[in-house]
Amino acid sequence: MSEIAITSSGRGRGVKFRPVTHDSSFARYTLIATAVLFLAIFLFAPLAIVFVEAFSKGIGPFLTAFGDPDARAAIRLTLLVAAISVPANLVFGLAASWSIAKFSFPGKSVLITLIDLPFSVSPVVAGLVYVLVFGGQGLFGPWLAAHGVQIIFAVPGIVLATIFVTFPFVARELIPLMEEQGKIEEEAALTLGASGFKTFLTVTLPNIKWGLLYGVLLCNARAMGEFGAVSVVSGHIRGLTNTIPLQVEILYNEYNNVAAFALAVLLAGLALVTLGLKTFLEWRHADALSGRARRH
Amino acid sequence: MLTRSPDALAATEGSKRGTSIRIEGVEQDFGAFPALRDVSLDIQPGELVALLGPSGSGKTTLLRVIAGLNSPDRGRILFDGENATNLPVQDRHVGMVFQNYALFKHMTVADNIAYGLRVRPRRTRPSRAAIKARVTELLQFVQLDGLGGRFPAQLSGGQRQRVALARALAIEPRVLLLDEPFGALDARVRKDLRRWLRDIHKQTGLTTVFVTHDQDEAMELADRVVVLNEGRIEQIGTPEELYDRPASPFVISFVGEAVALPVTISDGHVTFGGRELHIDTHGLRSGPARVFFRPADIAVAAEGSGDLEGRVESLRRTPAGVRATIAIDGYDQTLEIDSPLDRSASLGGRVPLSLAKARIFPADENGDYFNAGDGI
Repeated sequence: MSEIAITSSGRGRGVKFRPVTHDSSFARYTLIATAVLFLAIFLFAPLAIVFVEAFSKGIGPFLTAFGDPDARAAIRLTLLVAAISVPANLVFGLAASWSIAKFSFPGKSVLITLIDLPFSVSPVVAGLVYVLVFGGQGLFGPWLAAHGVQIIFAVPGIVLATIFVTFPFVARELIPLMEEQGKIEEEAALTLGASGFKTFLTVTLPNIKWGLLYGVLLCNARAMGEFGAVSVVSGHIRGLTNTIPLQVEILYNEYNNVAAFALAVLLAGLALVTLGLKTFLEWRHADALSGRARRH
Repeated sequence: MLTRSPDALAATEGSKRGTSIRIEGVEQDFGAFPALRDVSLDIQPGELVALLGPSGSGKTTLLRVIAGLNSPDRGRILFDGENATNLPVQDRHVGMVFQNYALFKHMTVADNIAYGLRVRPRRTRPSRAAIKARVTELLQFVQLDGLGGRFPAQLSGGQRQRVALARALAIEPRVLLLDEPFGALDARVRKDLRRWLRDIHKQTGLTTVFVTHDQDEAMELADRVVVLNEGRIEQIGTPEELYDRPASPFVISFVGEAVALPVTISDGHVTFGGRELHIDTHGLRSGPARVFFRPADIAVAAEGSGDLEGRVESLRRTPAGVRATIAIDGYDQTLEIDSPLDRSASLGGRVPLSLAKARIFPADENGDYFNAGDGI
């Protein structure tokens, strides 16, 4: 009778029954504990330390850090760079994904590969490339100098490097989404008399808006937080070409921990807000995001 | 099942009625693959025409060429005698119903229907109130009163189909184009909508072209059917003409069931497996050919007569007689033949068979069949 004593509670005297997909509780808890420990050591602890260090001498010194003109300049510059590079990549991302998803043309796969390039190239290399092209000894350096245009060690270089690094975010988000949606609704709008631009505004854009916002969000987070490429082209001129991440590094190297971590709090806060919005979008508009986005 | 208010009907009659469409030598290549080859077709004002063919036959491509969504590589499209070949899709005023309806999912049903009016330039755009009134009329016309606030995802397939039609009619189109209008619907809804489409056509008087792969649908609905195969028009004709005088082996096989027997023509005599078939060869040249006939056109003949002979594989009693499954000598498939009781047939026995009607198509040097010859 022991075979029949198999009960759903698993406490019968007979064979312990459990669905094949359920591991033993020992395995389950070990796995969960490992994951939690890993997250705690590598994610929560560093994040917590950023806040702890920033407020280690109280709220006063924390706020003082933001009174520093160099820190303010860094914040302004970061906002300026993001304000230029995010819209630039928004336009580029829309154009690229539109052409890739709705048309077939020679060199399409090359374009798709090129869009991914910034993901595979080290940001430092990206920065160096810009120095070689636009720097004083670079390809266009003498010509630019003769015309009084400075790109490297100035704001334009930082913007260029940031655009390069954040290049794929919007496009990679929109391409699968647009490919999935096809062009049938656009064609319907055209037969109903809508112009190309009106079709874009009234049909295409509403269909991709959440995916677009998602891409912009990720693009913005990266644009504000980029270190490597910007570091190479910036020249680290205080109050002029230091973005927040560069300023954090300088302050930290000067053992000014409170100021360094105060600025770091700003970046961490940005990351948390981005994460929050991203989660909200995924939860609220999962169906309007492409399958790729949901896997992030 | 569906009734319409006369007012709503009047609303759709504001459109120009019955535009003629002329297609002249249209060709379109997709890369190396020719999608349309020298297609010419005249569609009369107010006609209901079906483009019928298997998938890949170019029927949807032809519809898109008429709509202006594809521009042909060669040839011309004329609307009412005016060259419309280079007329942008926005200016063609075609009412297009797409295969999966292509409704704007982020808009309500009412907004979908109003779309074509709202995107007009300010000069020609009706007032808000006029648009609203028109939407209400059209909703009534397609039997969706009160559903204007719904989103497409909240509708059934048949309802979406009707929204797509209302949206297309809202712009007072010159012609109505439908791509597989019933393709995505289940059988019962299809039947209702077929009748309904016929009514709509009758009441709006619009020149209507629809694409289908379903020959029953084409035959039941259309005034004339255009049979397409591999980008070419095989035949244009009324359903009767297609059934009774199919112009090619493709048409006879695609439109209804057909049996094809490989035969030989020599000096005007047609032979199949050593037997002579009494088919008029009309002076067709000697050589291999194929005889086509419909299963209904073959019957058990009286003893001692008949064109063919077969063996009875099975027998089944029916109210009027017997249904025999017969294997024709020299033909690899069996046929079901109904015959009255007085014809003697026994299981395993041999029976003479006679052909009431058949068509013969000689083979060209590639072994393909072309050129119709009239049958018995």
